Amino acid sequence: MSDTRELYQDLILDHGRNPRNFRPMADCEHGSHCHCAEGHNPLCGDKLTLYVRTNDELVEDVSFQGSGCAIFTASSSILTELLRGRRLSEVRELKDRFLAMLTEGNDLVEVGRLGKLAVFAGVKEYPMRVKCATLAWRTLEAALDGSDSTSTE
Amino acid sequence: MNRPQLGIAGVSAAEAGEANRGQRLLAGSLRADFPLFAHPERGRPLVYLDSAASSQKPQPVLDALQDFYSRGYANIHRGIYRLSAEATAQYEQARKDVARFVGAARAEEIVFARGTTEAINLLAQSFVRPRLKAGDEILITWMEHHSNIVPWQLLCETTGAVLKVAPISDAGELDLEAFTQLMTPRTRAISVAHVSNALGTVNPLREIIRLARERDIPVIVDGAQAVPHVPVDVQDLDCDFYVFSGHKLYGPTGIGAFYGKSEHLQAMPPYQGGGDMIRTVTFAETTYAPPPARFEAGTPDIAGAVGLAAAIRYVESVGFAAIEAHEKELLAYGTEVLESIPGLRMIGTARRKVGVFSFVLDGVHPHDVGTILDGESVAVRAGHHCAQPVMDRYGVPATTRASLGLYNDRADIDALVAAILKTKELFGA
Repeated sequence: MSDTRELYQDLILDHGRNPRNFRPMADCEHGSHCHCAEGHNPLCGDKLTLYVRTNDELVEDVSFQGSGCAIFTASSSILTELLRGRRLSEVRELKDRFLAMLTEGNDLVEVGRLGKLAVFAGVKEYPMRVKCATLAWRTLEAALDGSDSTSTE
Repeated sequence: MNRPQLGIAGVSAAEAGEANRGQRLLAGSLRADFPLFAHPERGRPLVYLDSAASSQKPQPVLDALQDFYSRGYANIHRGIYRLSAEATAQYEQARKDVARFVGAARAEEIVFARGTTEAINLLAQSFVRPRLKAGDEILITWMEHHSNIVPWQLLCETTGAVLKVAPISDAGELDLEAFTQLMTPRTRAISVAHVSNALGTVNPLREIIRLARERDIPVIVDGAQAVPHVPVDVQDLDCDFYVFSGHKLYGPTGIGAFYGKSEHLQAMPPYQGGGDMIRTVTFAETTYAPPPARFEAGTPDIAGAVGLAAAIRYVESVGFAAIEAHEKELLAYGTEVLESIPGLRMIGTARRKVGVFSFVLDGVHPHDVGTILDGESVAVRAGHHCAQPVMDRYGVPATTRASLGLYNDRADIDALVAAILKTKELFGA
């Protein structure tokens, strides 16, 4: 099972089983400091609500709730870990780089700059699963742009 | 069509002996008849367990398509020339083959369509719609495929009719008592699956139709999942319509057919307008051709019909006695070994079911199961199987579904079980 073992690396399995920051953010409503959005993969049923609290240009807290496969859960969980404490400009850059890795060319230099997110590079070999890995990031896009929801269709 | 056909085993079809197909199936499987399996995937033989989504095609079907396009093709019902007449004869012979296959009395009661989905949409618009007033009811069951839900919802939206849904039990069996209660003086049509795609349940059609007859309610049967597994006799069933697709019956995609009682077909307005469905056309008035041509506007999938007929003859040559015995054996074996896996929960445990294993695995999402099984060259379906209400009924977002065909044997089930055990190991589940 060498193939799928490369996809399901320990970090993914760990975050898939024990997602971090898996909680709602009670005070998060649309406003200048709080952003939340819902994401949905209609084809496979992955679903999440992503909460992002910012102070000026700084991300103070990120959390999510939802249900789906291990790839989706791990991707959402790692996203919440990575964003805290970053500037919004950095966050957007990271998001663009991650989405580019999975939906465009798998440039090695890019992957090298992705840190922990490089663990998802293998998903590219599974076209049916790319949406699982990108849903949280698409939802982040929606949250930061101030729209309520996103769907991968 | 008379030249010897070379199968993948290098023996002619005649040599292989059509009469032996049933025996070969009982001795294992008919995999050797299906060329796709001659090409290993990533160096390993493919374990194909997704026949409920679509089946693979045996050599005689491929030969029929090849022969038709390379020797017998022309448009039908038009040409004066010999080739067109012969193509027409093949197309109409295919209609006769379908009629024989479902036990219809006359070929004119068989209409070709793109598949089950198009046929149900056609019946919703041409048969049921003219009978509906606001507040009238259409009755379906909880285990329907989306293609037997959404066409009725569309119809209800535009007519003010109401869609009623009969519940199912935890085992995935229709609650016949509740179903009976839901038949009211306002029920204008019942549309029900013969076999559930997500659960494998075989519905008590005879009983359903008897109850409907007593109340004079017409019954449409979605036979997409039934025709590859059980013999169908529409006259014996006394259903009003019976609908199925070719691609699940080892035939080509894009072709299906439905049976309709002659009295209904005669009374129904056309579904689509175009060539081949008219008697005369003027700008003042157009009169329509009699059935079945009335419902086959435009150039149909002629080769598809020829391929479907070849698939039907293939299935007939195997025989349903052997098909049912083979499947019963594999279903019993598969159920036993799958249910012995700790943490595996079978969804759909009806007393009467076909070879469908729908299951969830504790701690592993069905899509992850599907991907890891794929890594082991085991092809299954993971998802909601176009039956989201069924998933909701069991409180699961999706299931993993393994479904059987003529090419499957015990070794396939063993490969499935081994792959599930590897999945559990990887996930520590």
